[in-house]
Amino acid sequence: MDPSRKRRIRLVVALSAAVILAGALAYTSFSASSAAVSPSRLLASADTGHSYQLTGKVVDGSISRHGDATLFRVRDRNGSASVPVRYVGAVPDPFRDGREVIVTVRKRGATFVGEKDSLVTKCPSKFTDKPTSKT
Amino acid sequence: MATVGQACLILALLTCVYGIVASLYGARAGRRDWVDSGRRAVYALAFLAIVSFAILVSAFLRSDFHYEVVATHSSTTTPAFYRAAAAWSSQEGSLLLWVLLLSLWSSVVLFLVRRHLRDVAPYATAVLLGFGAFFTGLLVFAATPFKTMAVAPPEGTGLDPLLRHPSMMIHPPMLYSGYTLWAIPFAFAVGALIVRRVDADWIRATRRFALAAWCFLGIGILLGARWSYAELGWGGYWAWDPVENASLLPWLTGTAFIHSVMVQEKRGMLKVWNVSLVLATGTLAVLGTFLVRSGILDSIHAFGASTLGAPFVILIGLMIAGGIYLVVSRRALLASEHKLDSLLSRESAFLGNNLVLVGLAFVVFWGTFFPLISEAVTGTKAAVGPPWFNRYTVPLALVLVLLSGIGPVIAWRRATWANARRNLLAPTAAALAVLAALLAFGVTKSATSLAMFVFAAFTVAVVVQEFARGVAARRAMAREGPLRALVSLVQRNRRRYGGYTVHLGMAVLFVGVAASTAFQHARDVRLTPGTTATVGGYQVKYVRATARPVYRGERLERVALGAVLDVRKDGRHVTTLRTERGYYPSAAPFASGSLIRGIFDGDATSEVGMKAGLTRDLWTAIQPDPEYLNKVIDATAAKTAGKPPAQQAQAVGRLLSVYRQGAFPAQFRIISSPLVSWIWLGGIIVFAGGLIALWPAPDAARRRVTAGYAARVARELGRA
Repeated sequence: MDPSRKRRIRLVVALSAAVILAGALAYTSFSASSAAVSPSRLLASADTGHSYQLTGKVVDGSISRHGDATLFRVRDRNGSASVPVRYVGAVPDPFRDGREVIVTVRKRGATFVGEKDSLVTKCPSKFTDKPTSKT
Repeated sequence: MATVGQACLILALLTCVYGIVASLYGARAGRRDWVDSGRRAVYALAFLAIVSFAILVSAFLRSDFHYEVVATHSSTTTPAFYRAAAAWSSQEGSLLLWVLLLSLWSSVVLFLVRRHLRDVAPYATAVLLGFGAFFTGLLVFAATPFKTMAVAPPEGTGLDPLLRHPSMMIHPPMLYSGYTLWAIPFAFAVGALIVRRVDADWIRATRRFALAAWCFLGIGILLGARWSYAELGWGGYWAWDPVENASLLPWLTGTAFIHSVMVQEKRGMLKVWNVSLVLATGTLAVLGTFLVRSGILDSIHAFGASTLGAPFVILIGLMIAGGIYLVVSRRALLASEHKLDSLLSRESAFLGNNLVLVGLAFVVFWGTFFPLISEAVTGTKAAVGPPWFNRYTVPLALVLVLLSGIGPVIAWRRATWANARRNLLAPTAAALAVLAALLAFGVTKSATSLAMFVFAAFTVAVVVQEFARGVAARRAMAREGPLRALVSLVQRNRRRYGGYTVHLGMAVLFVGVAASTAFQHARDVRLTPGTTATVGGYQVKYVRATARPVYRGERLERVALGAVLDVRKDGRHVTTLRTERGYYPSAAPFASGSLIRGIFDGDATSEVGMKAGLTRDLWTAIQPDPEYLNKVIDATAAKTAGKPPAQQAQAVGRLLSVYRQGAFPAQFRIISSPLVSWIWLGGIIVFAGGLIALWPAPDAARRRVTAGYAARVARELGRA
């Protein structure tokens, strides 16, 4: 076969494979993703069993233990709408009242159940715009 | 001194602007004196950055709380070792560290090439000073570390306890060294494209810097993983967090570049690919710096809420647009000198390795930026989790490890099947033997892990075979002993055998990742003193509670509540683990009127209890049950509120005693994980291999001395 034709065929095959793989990547990322939502949006519309990436702040005084589970409420960053979260497992070190958290949750009845190891707490003392008090 | 520091930064900015103008004017007008002056501006920038940085670190070491950045990131109770590191825990300090490292590395490379690449170097100087101007501009106008307060607070906020780990002392400088070192090949590639000199000279001139960038960035990433494992209370080392991913992206494309430049040096091929890779790597390094500060993606590191996003977006936009323009406008010059002769060749193996690495980078990029992509497409921000990343990265990593074994033993241009068979037979046999042994021992839980062990064994066997052949040849030629032959073999072929060592280290590292991921046993359990939990065949007994105050000088640094755990297997004592949770008082512990509130309302961090071994790590972290603990804290706080400090301190002592003697429940995460140490061991081997490849060969050094001597003689003869 003519070498230049051979190279062209190889290029077309490689590009087709790349496009197919990129398409699969894009498709699966949309189907496997969790929507990032605020508590107020979750309150307005949340489907049972669907997973969401909840972001907001831990409501002051809302953290309590119930057996192996940690119960707390997450409110909007700039608002008071809040949702109850039940989380089983170790919570991150900086987790406490008022801290900003991200947690993957699924609606179960009136409560949102956190996915194990999905809770992350933002560390407030680094690179923030204004100095933050630690209390 | 703050004024001096600020003046240095302003001078540094002016120096950068002058240096850019001088370099560009010198290059366009053919004025060597202006070009030299532009280069000296880089040395001046380094000097000014050193002075500024020394002033800042000195303020941290002295706990001078007049500096706002010191007051908000350090305290007198922060150990001196960490006070210096606190300088770069702030936005401002980290930007200054960026400028410092950039100016130092730039000075080194421009000094080394001062008599070579005379056409390319002025443009590279202008690009490097452009980066310098950008970052000093941010420091002068948006994030100065030298902002002072008229009245210094009596105590600082303190360094975040999570950052008080030895890895954190060297992790940022390593990472930033990697980022800033990538600016050097980027700048020389831009220079080479501008002057249309696209041979391999700029690659040779910056090869060591690219290798150093790769090495430092890799070690920085690994130190971050080590910190996560040993300091954070979750027991993992990689979470596919956007900030972690941001540092991995330039490392992946940089790895591809380091391999593909060999093809250009050897055969004049892949020129477009190489300049594109190095331009992408330089841009991704800046993107990594930007992501940490932008707040555009939700990350555990959460350095968001910064105002620096817009300038970074402009810089990255300029880098992308400029890079594309240069590559497209010079595409005719970048045509390959040769074509790929055969799919069975080292060029093909390198191309395959490059495609896998770029594929990995694409996956990581897509997953990291998916919230933005999703918002643009659907209007809703959505994120993908670790399972999505693992689905794509695991198979790609498997192919990568296999290729890292095949590549080194395939001949350039066109390998014959006989040659491939001769080189691959023994490693394949070794890999099959490992597969048989693993199957015989019942290691069948995870097919991907099994494949990784086999491929890693293949790669290790290839490396061992290559070393053995080299030593045998050397012994036959020079009649040296085995050890002497090994040393001289490596000394004479540092790049080659350094590379093999890196491959060996990566294979070891991947075995550690595969084993610790697939065969880990982890449990979150609630225990009270005297009770036992079983994790992965180990019986872990909560023996007793511990509670102690930790003082730094006369000041209370933290209160530590912990546990002593006895670990047994089949009734036999294995080890004793001690874990604590440290409660760091807030900056003003008496602000609420209660010392005990001031202590427990401050930051808290886990002190991990770990028994690390070559075959298995036993890991634990404690979180005292807040429900029970809070009751005691509330009761003590109510009793002592408003009392003199001495009485409140006594009450804290009593609380600790109650905790020690009581049967408070606590939440434990207990992990039994095999071969985690192999990850760190693999990292050390990779670093050692990188150093071997970086180190100048004695022959090259001798050649330089000889060339220098010849030049001197020529000059003398010219004068005569």
